Parts: sequence; structure tokens; C-alpha cells
Amino acid sequence: MQDPGILYVIAVAIPLASFLILLIGGKRLGIVAAYIACAAILTSFAISTYGLVRYAREGNLFAAPAHHGGEAHGQSTKPSATFVAFRADADHQAGESAEHSPHDSEQGHDGGLVWSGQIRWTAFGEDEIRLGYHVDNLTVVMFFMVTLVASLIHIYSIGYMHEELHDPVHDPLAVERGQPPLERPGRFPRFFTYLSLFCFSMLGLVLSDNIFLVFVFWELVGVCSYLLIGFYYERRSAYRAAIKAFVTNRVGDFGMIVGLAIIWTTLGTFTFEETRVALAEGKLSGVLLTVAGLCIFAGCVGKSAQFPLHVWLPDAMEGPTPVSALIHAATMVAAGVYLVGRFYFLFSPEALLIIAIVGGITLFMAGTIAIVQTDIKRVLAYSTISQLGYMMLGLGVGGWVAGLFHLITHAFFKALLFLCSGSVIHAAGTQEMPEMGGLLRKMPITAITMLVGTLAIAGIPLFSGYYSKDAILAYTLYFAQQNGGLLGPALFLLAIGGAAITSFYMFRLWFMTFTGEPRDHHVYEHAHESPPVMTIPLIVLAVLSLIGGYGLGIGQPPAIELALQNGPAAHGAVFHPPHDVHTLAGTFAFGAVVLGIGLAVLFYGIQLLSPDDVAAQFPRLYQFLWNKWYFDELYAFLFVRPVLRISQWARSFDWNIIDGIVDGTAAWTVRLATMDGRFDFFIIDGIVNILGEVTYWFGERVRRIQTGLIRQYIVFLVVGTVAALALLFYVTSLFAR
Amino acid sequence: MNDTLLLSLIAFLPVGVAVLLSVVPGSKRELIKTISFAATVVVFVLTLFLVKMYFDLRNPDGSWPTLAERAAAAKQALRSGRPADPKDLVVRYPWIRPFEVEYYLGVDGISLPLIVLTSFISMLAMLASWNIDKYVRGYCMLFLLLETGMLGTFLALDFFLFYVFWELMLLPMYFLIGVWGAPSRVEVDGRVRGGPYAAIKFFIYTLVGSVLILIALLAFYFHPAEPGGNPAYTFDLMRLHEIGQSGTAYSLTFQIVMFLLLYVGFAIKVPLFPFHTWLPDAHVEAPTPISMILAGILLKMGGYGFARIAYPICPEAAQYLAWFLVAIGVINILYGALAAMAQTDFKKLVAYSSISHMGYVMLGFAVWSLAGDPNKWSMAFNGAMFQMIAHGISSPAMFFAVGVIYDRVHHRDLNRMGGLANIMPFYAGLSTIIFFAGMGLPGLCGFIGEVFTVLGSWQFSRTVAVLAASGVILTAGYILWTLQRVFLGTPSPNILGEGHGEGHDLKRFLPDLSIREWVIAVPMVVMAVVLGVYPDLVFRFMEPSVTDLILDLTKAVAGVR
Amino acid sequence: MTEAIPLQAVLIVSAAMFVCGALCMATKRNAVGILMGVELVLNASNLNFVAFAQYTPFGLDGQMFALFGIVMPAAEAAIALAIILNFYNNHLTVDVDRANELKL
Repeated sequence: MQDPGILYVIAVAIPLASFLILLIGGKRLGIVAAYIACAAILTSFAISTYGLVRYAREGNLFAAPAHHGGEAHGQSTKPSATFVAFRADADHQAGESAEHSPHDSEQGHDGGLVWSGQIRWTAFGEDEIRLGYHVDNLTVVMFFMVTLVASLIHIYSIGYMHEELHDPVHDPLAVERGQPPLERPGRFPRFFTYLSLFCFSMLGLVLSDNIFLVFVFWELVGVCSYLLIGFYYERRSAYRAAIKAFVTNRVGDFGMIVGLAIIWTTLGTFTFEETRVALAEGKLSGVLLTVAGLCIFAGCVGKSAQFPLHVWLPDAMEGPTPVSALIHAATMVAAGVYLVGRFYFLFSPEALLIIAIVGGITLFMAGTIAIVQTDIKRVLAYSTISQLGYMMLGLGVGGWVAGLFHLITHAFFKALLFLCSGSVIHAAGTQEMPEMGGLLRKMPITAITMLVGTLAIAGIPLFSGYYSKDAILAYTLYFAQQNGGLLGPALFLLAIGGAAITSFYMFRLWFMTFTGEPRDHHVYEHAHESPPVMTIPLIVLAVLSLIGGYGLGIGQPPAIELALQNGPAAHGAVFHPPHDVHTLAGTFAFGAVVLGIGLAVLFYGIQLLSPDDVAAQFPRLYQFLWNKWYFDELYAFLFVRPVLRISQWARSFDWNIIDGIVDGTAAWTVRLATMDGRFDFFIIDGIVNILGEVTYWFGERVRRIQTGLIRQYIVFLVVGTVAALALLFYVTSLFAR
Repeated sequence: MNDTLLLSLIAFLPVGVAVLLSVVPGSKRELIKTISFAATVVVFVLTLFLVKMYFDLRNPDGSWPTLAERAAAAKQALRSGRPADPKDLVVRYPWIRPFEVEYYLGVDGISLPLIVLTSFISMLAMLASWNIDKYVRGYCMLFLLLETGMLGTFLALDFFLFYVFWELMLLPMYFLIGVWGAPSRVEVDGRVRGGPYAAIKFFIYTLVGSVLILIALLAFYFHPAEPGGNPAYTFDLMRLHEIGQSGTAYSLTFQIVMFLLLYVGFAIKVPLFPFHTWLPDAHVEAPTPISMILAGILLKMGGYGFARIAYPICPEAAQYLAWFLVAIGVINILYGALAAMAQTDFKKLVAYSSISHMGYVMLGFAVWSLAGDPNKWSMAFNGAMFQMIAHGISSPAMFFAVGVIYDRVHHRDLNRMGGLANIMPFYAGLSTIIFFAGMGLPGLCGFIGEVFTVLGSWQFSRTVAVLAASGVILTAGYILWTLQRVFLGTPSPNILGEGHGEGHDLKRFLPDLSIREWVIAVPMVVMAVVLGVYPDLVFRFMEPSVTDLILDLTKAVAGVR
Repeated sequence: MTEAIPLQAVLIVSAAMFVCGALCMATKRNAVGILMGVELVLNASNLNFVAFAQYTPFGLDGQMFALFGIVMPAAEAAIALAIILNFYNNHLTVDVDRANELKL
């Protein structure tokens, strides 16, 4: 095929076709719906694999570094006191840094292999909006990851959603605890309909060559997320979570629209490529550039659940677990990170600094909250937020490759963790970890694969998370070294602390679920290993979580890292911290991880210490964390309730003031009309009536002579005429004289 | 086909059929409805034919001859007695010679989409009228008369004729709300409300607006066409555009006064804050099909009036008052959304959402900064025009969705609904798409108008763009909340009336969409998707005319300054 | 006889006719009689028209009016007779004094 980019467009269109078929087929499709959806996404996966291989061959994707000395292009032109220093140093340092720094790809950031195409969409005056696809190394990698994870989750869902094939379903979770289960129709095909729509939107998002189309798909994935969070919509918590997710995302999207407006108005284009060129020409700079970057970033904050818009993601766990794995862990929430990576050149140094700070705060805050949660999915949700914070931090401190690398590995192990938790929930019928325990014996495959995921996320060497997280920590440390002041070290401390916390709560989760004595025998009896349709995706993902950070050969840098930097998407944003910084960061991180695991073992593994005692020791802190830093309450107080109150004001303004004036005017008009009526009746009609009465009276008098006798009338006539003539003669004779 | 015949048929076929209906016995209800529906279908087909003719009108280079050019040519032909070009889609004949009133119809990219929209929504609304069983003949006759009024308003290029059609709409609407709407007079919080109240409120509001338009009309008629000259004595809108844009004929004060008169007249129709309170009342009381017409088309008359009359004739005033208009637009967006959020009456909520959405229309028109790039204003203006079309599809659909549930449960109280997604799944699915279209979800029609308006308004004022963009949060809030209260959760025990919901087999009382309802809903949903994905379908026709207008106005005002 | 009849003579005749007619109308109770009185009055006026005709430029206007004055009363008489006949049918009399239904 001439242009393999078209293949990618087809790969996006296939899930759309599947969505339409499922939409029209509806309920009667039954389990066939799942086969259609799986076939669709597997086809897309096959295409993306082909695309990856082909791109790798043509674009030299996995080329190992030929010579050393990465350079930071482009970025160094941007004005910022702190960052200029940092960039310049980075150039300098990178030049002399040791063997671990591959350079930009041969094609450089201006060239490089790109498969793209555009169509004219519409135009206004001389401004034309074109939409198109753009396949570069980042697209290829993201597309591969998304289709791979989505395929596995589709297959897993056949098993997980099996209950929904029954009609009616007895849904124990549909209502609040303590109430009898609700009977409702099964929604198996609908689940896959939504999944197909999501796959279409997500793949479209990755493939888009412009921010406008990204925004379109951005909203569409948001809708899929809304629909899937609210999948069990009989449940109050589910639909509330769905609305919360959508509205919170809209807050971010609001910023994004403003960002779009800035970009469109100042640059007159939406495409990434033209934006990059225009920015390089300096068409947009200074404060407005930073603002534009932050506005776009606001959208990413919403979608990637960063502080302060992270509140929706934990609640989003109300959706079915495969959804949590696909949308709320692996792909959609990573879209924010992806967009920051894709639009990296838009962010001024100041904007990047804010991104780093937001990431740092997020990763720490979410980690602390995860420590005390007891719902297995909520723990994972907070860990997702925390890991997304890592990615943002990595991007913010200049580690473009590191942040996106972590995105990919995180997608593998977090999908794995969620699917494992789904397997546990499926088997145990509860999400509360205190009701589990000892499940290792009952479901060994799940337990072991989950252990792999846990090790990966904790960042144990040889597991994929180690490589990506270490890279982020190295960039952060390097950033801290290069920039004076407290900010850099503070970010590094947050990141290291976050690493310790991550390993602590993840092992807490694993220990509480799988080891120890069964705490609830009903749950324990009920538990069983999941069917192969669910465990096989787990095993595949576990393998991926293990090898995700490996290179293609011994001693090679990680393949994903190479794929990310050997291509046009990097736009010269690639540089590497020196090797010693890397080693130092790695040592710190390893220490932190060991500390975290050690504590987890003490508390939950061998139960030498009691977590309840610690909680009792610091009740305030515990409450603070248990209530998630009181964000929900704060937002309810700051935004939700005021808006509702203002809306009531608006309503009563309409009712009391505007309608009051209108009705008042009407009432006064009526009153005036009444008075007018009285005036008419008494005065004007009075005069007329008096006139009439006088006439009538006169007529009464005069009628006497109206005898009705014609002869009499004629006499009157004649006499009258004669009299008149006589008078006439008399008068004329008077004048004649 | 001859354009005289085509345009006249479009405008007068409905009223002709209405006259025909008067000889059909009133007892043959099905026949009457079928005839009326057939008439609306024919008009719709004719408007599609009109689209084709308009498409064929293009110059070889793909641009369109402007309306002003075609009108001038038609005038020339009329003067010299030559036969007019039968394909130029401008129809001019003398009507009342002593006063220079003409029978003068014409189509360009601004009116064409609205005409098609009108015939489309009228057709669906007629279909939605099938369960009207009170005075069917009268209803159908008034309905068709209304359609003539609406189509005529969009077609007329003679100000006088425009005014005649404008007034012609009013009367049928009054009766359709008053007679076929909610019958009773009710007291709410000590105030009188109900069908008659709403009908009179609508009537008086609109009449006040019409009177102001009439004053402006006469003022333009008697104002000299050039300084110190004789009165213009013309109702020709194209000529008035020319005079208004010449920059010398009208003083700024005159323009401002005229613009404000027209503004109030059109603002009442749009409706813009603070002239909007007739709308919720009228909607709440009107029967479903009339609500569809009201929201889908009548509101667009106001916007069309701005685009066709107020802006082109008084460009300097429009520029002078830009900030005021923008402020009103933003207030509409935010105020409408907030007020919608506070409603518990389903229909009232949708009515307020209309107010909010129409705010984008005013905003898109108004963001005219002389210093800025006219292409951006064109984008906003096009966005506003598109918003009218998009809202013309999404909001009738929303009202139809409300009507469907009202037919079943006979109340509109959001707090007494819930859980319908399981009882009426197809209804829930279609409604969700419809409400998402209203919410401005990408891929559906509402998004295009909103986002282009906001993008175009950035160069006018950043604050305004930010405020307008913040509307998306509120919109999402109330739309999702509404969907939740109607469809999600479990059914309210009071859904069929106080205490009647429990113990019933709700599926029996609340059947899913009937075939007729499917037929009505699906075209609107399809159009919402098509326009959302491929807005060029409308922009292709609309954009050249709008951009011409923008450039003319910019040139006119820039010439004066 | 070739001498023209003086105007005064004609006027005296017509005045006499008029007075006769008027008296007839005033005194007769018989409706037919009143009708005849009316005819006399009208004919008196016709006579005047003819008499004064010679003073008009073409000398024909008076004759024209006289002609109308003949034709119109003919029609009028027909109607009046029809009314009288009807009246007679209902009241078996032509005494106008008995026609008092419309009186209050």
C-alpha cells in the first residue's frame, strides 16, 4: 500500500463500524455482540502491529544510539530565567554525559517518517479548517498500546460481563447495601457497544493531526466514560459518579476551548505541525503562550485526573472493572499525558514548570489517600492518579521520553492490576479488602499475576515500572540539580516519597487480599479462580508488565524508549540526564521502595504492627486521608452549592423580578383599564345618556303631533311650505328694500 | 422550474391547502391530518428542490452571485419590461404601486438553510400532531397558515412583505397555544398561569416587538436616501442595505435609535434577556408540536432579523453597540443555563436551555471588532447562524422527547420521574443523543455552533470568550442532571401520579416509542449527527453569503471611520 | 292662436293644479284618492318644467325632466297601487286612517 496511514484510518473506522452494528443489532445479538467487538478491535490491533513493524523498518525506530550527545533543540529558544539556564546546562551536560544517552533520531525533529493526510472540513472567509491523520512514532506506539490493551480487555470482558447475558439480572450491587437485589434486564451487548465506541474515539484521538479533532475525540471518550461509569445506572453512586466525571472533565475542557481559541486566533491553524512551525517563527510568545499552554493543560488535568480535578477518577470506579482497566487506567486517562507529550512544543518553560508542580502534588496527594482506602478499586484508582502525576512530573521537568515511557508501561501493569482486581471481585463478590484475605490459595493465577503487577508498579528492578519510573526520577533529580531554589528538591522529595508510598499501599493491597487468614468466610467460600477467558489476558499482561522495559537485546536501552525518541514526535525535546544522576536517583528510589515494601510487610504481611493502632494514634491525619483531603466537601462548598444557589436566584429573579414586572404591568394595565371603563361608563356614557334622555323627553313631547294621519301631514306640509315661502318673500322683500 | 412558481409555491402552498381544508368535513380527522401532512411533505420536497436550484446558481468559479446583484438585475428587468431570469431565485413584481411595495421574494445562503429547516421541522411537527383530537380541522388550518407565515418571513425581501408575514405568524400561534395548549387557568404562588395566560403573554410580547419594527420600517421608508435628498420611499431591503451601508445617509444617532427599535423587536423573538420570560410560559402550555415549531423556528426569526435587517441596515450602530450586544449574549448563555438548572418542570428546563443556546447566536453576531480579522468575525457569525440551525434541530427534538413522556405520565415534574432507561430503553437512548446534541457534544450539531462562536469571539474580547466558554460547564451540569432525573436510577413511586407508581407494571403504562414517534425522532437524530460530523453541508451554502455580508459591513463602517 | 301663451297663464294653471292636488291629498281618506292628488301635484310641477324650458340654452332640459316626471310617477303609482291592494287584502278597506299598525 502506498500510504500506510490510510490503514490506520481504517483501523480507527473498524471499531466505529462495530459500534454501529452493535447499536442497530441491539439486545438480540447476545454474546455475538462480544465477538463482533472483539473481532473489530483485534483487527485494529493486527493493523497497528503491521503499522508498527513497517514504521519500525522504514523509520528505523529501534535504532540503537549511533553516537552520543543528545541535544535539546527548540526548547532552548524559549525565554525563562530558570529554564534557559537549565536547558543550556542540559545541552552542555548532555554533550559530555556518558553512554546512556541516545541522540535524536537521524531524521531529526524536522524530518522523520510521517504518514499523514488531510481533508478540508470547512472554511470561514479565508480561514480554512482541515482535519487529518498524522502517524509518527508516538502515534505508532500509542496506537499499538491502545489496541493491544483494548483487545485483551475485550476478551477479558466476555468472561467478566457474563452475568449480563441473563435476563433479568439479579444485581446485588445495583442498590444501596442492605437492600434486596434489583432485577433488571441484562446489558451485555450494550457494554460492548460502548466499548467499541470508546475504542473508536480513543484511536481517533491518537491519530488526529490537530488539536481540534483531538478535542472532538476527547469529548467522545469522555462520553464513553460517562456512559460506562454509569453502566449500573440504577445505582445512585454510579450515576452520580458518571455526572461528576463528565462535569469535572468539562471544567478542564472549558480551559481547552479557551486554549483552542487562543491558538486559532493567534496562529490561524489547529494542526500540530503548523502550530509547531508557527511557534518556531515566534507568532505566539510571552504570557499568552504560557496561558495557551496552561489552558490546553487544563483539559489534560481534567482528563488525566490531576490535582485539582482528580476527584472524579476514584468515583469512576463505579463502572464495571474492565472499564476501569481500559478507560480509567490504561488509555483514556493517559490521553491527557499523551496530549501534553504531543503538544510539547506549545508549553513554555513556565507552563512546563506548572505541569511539573501539578504532577508532583498529584502523585503525592493521591498516594497518601490510597494508603487508607479499603475498597480495592479505589486504591488502584488513587494509584492511577498518582502514576499519572508521575508522568506529568516527568514531562514537566523535561523528561519527554520518560513521561511517555511511563505512560506505556503503566498502561500494561495498571490494566493488569485492574483486571486482577476484577477477577477478585468477580470471584469474591465484594470490593472491600477487609472482607477478603487468604485468596492466594483459591485463585493462584490471579494472585501471581497481580503480584507481578504490584512489583512492576512499585518499581522493582527487572520489572517494567522500574525503568520508566527511574527515568522520571532521574529527570526530576537532574532538574533539581540544575535549578537552584527549593522547588526542584521539593519535587524530587515528593517523587521519592511517592515511590515509597506507592510500594507501601500496593503491597498492602496485595497482602490484604491474598494472604493471611480469610476474614469473611462467606466471601472465602464463594471465591474461585476465574475462567481462562479472563486469566489468559492476565497472563499476557503480566508478561508485558515484566518485559515492558526491556530492550531488544542485552544491554540495549528499553525498546519503548527508543521508539519514542527515534522519530519526529520528539521534536528535539530529547535529552538525557547524565549517568551518575541516573544512578543516584535509582539508588534513592530503590531505598524508598524497599522502605515501603518493608513497612507493608510489617503491617500486613507478617502483621507485626497493627495499622489500626497507627490510625488511632493519628486520628486527625487518618480522618484527613480517609476523607480524601476533603476535596469533595471543599468543591461542594466552593462550587456546587454556590452554583445551585445562584441558579435558584436566577429562577426567582425570573419569577419575581422579570415576571413580576410583566405581570405587574399587566395588572396595572388591567387596573387602568378598569378605571378607564368606569370613566367611560359614568362620564362619557353619562353625557351620552343624558343627551339621549333629553332627546327622548323631547321626542315624547313631540310625538303628540305625529298622529299617523297622512292627510294631517299633508296639511302640515302645505301650511309649512306656504309659511316658509311667505317667510322667504318677507325676508327677501326686507333685503330688497 | 420557474423560480417565481417555486418560491411562491413554497410560501403559499400551505395556506392554499389550508383553504382547501375548509371544504373537507371536520369529522374526517384522519383525512385532514393526512392532507396537511402531505402538504408539509410537498413543501419540504420543494425546499430541497430550492437547494438544488440554489446550488445550480453558482458561478463557474464556485462562488455565488450575491443576493444584491440578483435583486438589482431583477429590478432592471422589471423596469425595462424584460422577462426576469427564471433561475436567479429572486422574484419581483409590483404589488402596491403607489407605495412602492413589491411582491419580492429571494433566497441566499443566509435564508436558505433556515427555509429548509422550517419545512423540515414543520413536517415533523405535523407528524407529531397526530394525537391532537380537538378541532382537528381548525388546528391543521392554523398550522398551515403558520407555516406560510414562517416561510414567507424567510423568503421576503420587501420589508413591508416581511412585516406582513411576520404578523401573519402571530395569530395562528396565539390560537394554537391558547386553544390547543394546556386548557386551564392555574394559580402558581398566587399568580395566574396557564394556557390563556401564556398565549396572551406571547401575543402581547411579540406584538410590542412588531410595533417597534413597524416604526423602524416607516422611519426607513421616509428617511432620505442621501443627505438632504427626498425620502427614500422604498421597502426594498437590498436598497435599504445599500443606503445604510453608504455611510452618508443615516446619522449615527438615527442608526442607533433604529437599531434599538429593531433590537427590541427581534430580541423578544430570540428571546434575549430580559425579554425572555414569555418563552418558558409559552412552551410549558403549548402542545408538543407547537413547542417544536416555537423553539425550532420562531426563535430563529429573531436571529434572522438581526442578520437580514438590523445588521446590514444599521452597521455603524451595530458596531457602536457591539459591547452591549455581546454582554446580552453572554448574559443569555449563563443566565439561561443557570435558570435551567433550577427548574423542576421538564419542559421549562428545556425552554431555558433554548434561551441559553440562543445566547450564542447573539454573541456570534455581535463580536465585531473593527481592529480584528474579519475572518474571525465571519467564523463567529457563521457559528451563530449554524447554532440557529443546530438549535433548530436539537431543541425541537428535546421538546419532542418531553412530549413523549408527557403523553404517558401526564406530568412534567422531574422529581417524579426516574429510572425510565430500563422501562423505555429506546426512548432513553434517543433522548440521550438528543440531549447530548443540546449539550454541545462534539460529533453532534450543537457543538459546531458553540465552539465556532467562542473561537471567533476571542479576538473581540478574551473575557467574553472565557465567560461564553464557561457556559459549557453549566450546560453539561444541567443536561446531565436532567438525564439522570429522568432516565437513571429507579423509577419514582409517584411517576404515574401521587402514589400511583408502586405496584404497577410500569412497562404496561409506559410503552416504548411507537412507530410514529420513531419516524419523528430518527430524522432529527440523524440530522444532529450529520450536521455535527459534516457541518460543511450547511456552511457550504451559508458561509459565502455570511462572509460577503461581513466584508460589506466591515467595509461600510471602516469607510466611515 | 299663433300668439304664445304667456308664462303667467301656465303658472296659474299649474298653481291651481298643485293646490287641487294638495287639497285632495289633505282631505281624501281613500288611498286611491290620495294617489290621484299626488299625481296632480306632480303634473303641476311637470307643467312648470315645460313652461320654464324655453329659458334654458337648448330648450330641452325642462322637457327631459317632464318626461322623467311622467315616467317616474307611473312606476310609483304601480308600487303604490300594489301597496294599496295588499292593504286592502289585509284590512278590507283603503282608508288610510286605518293604517296605524306602525304607530306606537
